[in-house]
Amino acid sequence: MSNTKHPATSETTKANPAWVKWLDRRTGIRSLLHEALDEPIPGGARWAYVFGSGLLYLFLSQIVTGIFLTLYYVPSSDHAHTTVAYISKVVSSGLFVRSVHAYGASAIIILLILHISQTLLYGSYKGRRDLLWLSGCVLLALMLGMAFTGYLLPWDEKSYFASAIGTNLIGEVPLIGPPMQELLRGGMQMGTLTVSRFFVLHVFILPGLLFAFIATHIFLFRKKGAAGPIQEDPYTPKLPTQGFYPRQVAMDMVASLFIVLALALVAHFLPIDLGPRANPADTSYIPRPEWYYVPMFQWLKIVSGRWSLIGGIFLPAFLALLFAAIPFLDRGRERRPWRRPVVVASFVIFIGSYVALGVASHRDDASDPSVASQLALQNQAEINYMHQPFQAQATSGTTSAALATSNPLVTKGATIYEAQSCSACHGENGTGTAAAPALVGIDRKYSADQLAHLLHHFSPKMVQGGMPAVDLDPADTDALVAYLRSLK
Amino acid sequence: MSTSSQLPEQQSAPIHERRSFLGALFAIVGGVVSATLAVPLIRFATYPLRATAGGTSWSDVGKMDEFTSLTAPVARTIQVERVDGWRSSFAQNAVYIVPLGAGKLKVLSSVCPHLGCTVRWVDKQGQFVCPCHGGIFTESGALVHGPPLRAMDSLQTKVENGMLKVRFEYFREQVSDKEPMA
Ligand code: FES
Repeated sequence: MSNTKHPATSETTKANPAWVKWLDRRTGIRSLLHEALDEPIPGGARWAYVFGSGLLYLFLSQIVTGIFLTLYYVPSSDHAHTTVAYISKVVSSGLFVRSVHAYGASAIIILLILHISQTLLYGSYKGRRDLLWLSGCVLLALMLGMAFTGYLLPWDEKSYFASAIGTNLIGEVPLIGPPMQELLRGGMQMGTLTVSRFFVLHVFILPGLLFAFIATHIFLFRKKGAAGPIQEDPYTPKLPTQGFYPRQVAMDMVASLFIVLALALVAHFLPIDLGPRANPADTSYIPRPEWYYVPMFQWLKIVSGRWSLIGGIFLPAFLALLFAAIPFLDRGRERRPWRRPVVVASFVIFIGSYVALGVASHRDDASDPSVASQLALQNQAEINYMHQPFQAQATSGTTSAALATSNPLVTKGATIYEAQSCSACHGENGTGTAAAPALVGIDRKYSADQLAHLLHHFSPKMVQGGMPAVDLDPADTDALVAYLRSLK
Repeated sequence: MSTSSQLPEQQSAPIHERRSFLGALFAIVGGVVSATLAVPLIRFATYPLRATAGGTSWSDVGKMDEFTSLTAPVARTIQVERVDGWRSSFAQNAVYIVPLGAGKLKVLSSVCPHLGCTVRWVDKQGQFVCPCHGGIFTESGALVHGPPLRAMDSLQTKVENGMLKVRFEYFREQVSDKEPMA
């Protein structure tokens, strides 16, 4: 390395304010900072290197927005959709925060593609950076898992059906597929256990693994050092270096600023839609995955039938393995892309085919009039739903819900129960208070006739408890008895 | 970016100026980033502080024409919606529609201002009677005698499209002034 002592080091030692010195004596913060900021970059800072820290920045943004969303979100099939609708329609800045989080997932995918392309084209995985590459592959898989599990959580039509298809796919894997699918869904069908499982994966398990592997990735990166430009030797860098601080830091910050502003603008002007609540019985719904999974989806359509196992499961698995094995296959010192035609061409062909599959999927949808009209319908339903005002979810089990379904005698009895202030002591809906016992389940103890008799001829216990006299004609007594016996 | 052996930071350029420029850049970037994200996040988290309280909903009592020819108070059960965040529940409460003559009326809460029992209208007596401790009120809800410290509580009403609506509230018990409970 051409420079061992960064100018910033000597500069800061003199100009440090007292509190920095105070902190440094206790934490060694200064050497930590220098360790972090003086990372030498062979050949100097470049815009091509900003994607990694951009990803780190986006990950942090996802963590923060995700934590905030959890303030209102409830992971159950009963409430997930209502709470997301509440976030989107009622809570201040809710639609914005949710949009930043949802679009953040797409942004991460885009940056992953850029980060991987840069690494691949620059041959930056060379020079004993194979483990670094592998940890990156794990991170890619984890991020795709985050995108997949997060997508279901709003429990609207599109997320439900996309996840149903995604989990169906897992069931296609021979032998381990079906039990895996059942484990992931928490049963044979998608349901409230699926939401819980996806939530736990999305919020606890995958982020935990992400933290661990990001730490590993950064550690391995710092261990071997930045690879530098394509003409640099991967094992023993020869080019003059430049510290990470300040140029690369500035570039990274400008890139992050660009990402935030882009995300914020899209989130503000094109906020994400929430569709109507998932209706598993809706057979006309045509599911479409998120854009980054669309080509995969199209590919499965093409290979369906006789080739589904080979084309749909084994080929993608083989490609994934091949991708992870790149540093072990392309081992020379040569980093210039035009001297590594096989790797670079394969990658370009893969990306090209992936894009082509996506385009083909869109063309297929547009050219089939029945599909196109149904998709337009679904899109319109989402827009309409977003324009409806928020409707609070009526809690089940209230008197009103029970009354709506009961016979008129019971309804009348309920009114008498209120009007006679029975509820003052026996509680609303006969649930009991400190003053008098609960009446719930009284039908198991007394018949209707016994109850009617008891109301006019108190038992010693009732007299002792200070129950006021019940002054009702026979018709009202019957109604009250019918109501009491309906309390469950 | 050049890859000559003299890279920009290695030059003996005026470091102070460059550093203060960078400091300013970082401050601006940091400020913009934190404002774009922090402001919405703070608003998001503090939303419940600004949300309108749930107890202000109006409940339907019945069509106005049902009550125009009333001569004595009648009881009606109303559904009071309570909104709790993203969920709502309905509670039932009894109210009395009291004719004031000349087609005017008022709505009284059936909750006794003493300890909250449900006050009953007794037609034979022409009075409201509380079954718990014998509080008695006139036909218009004024206190006659008994442990309650004030008259029966009247509720806010309005008429919309011929529908009488009432805003149900609970009031503090055992005080002589009508104070809504928050
Ligand atoms: S509660 Fe009505 S008189 Fe005591």
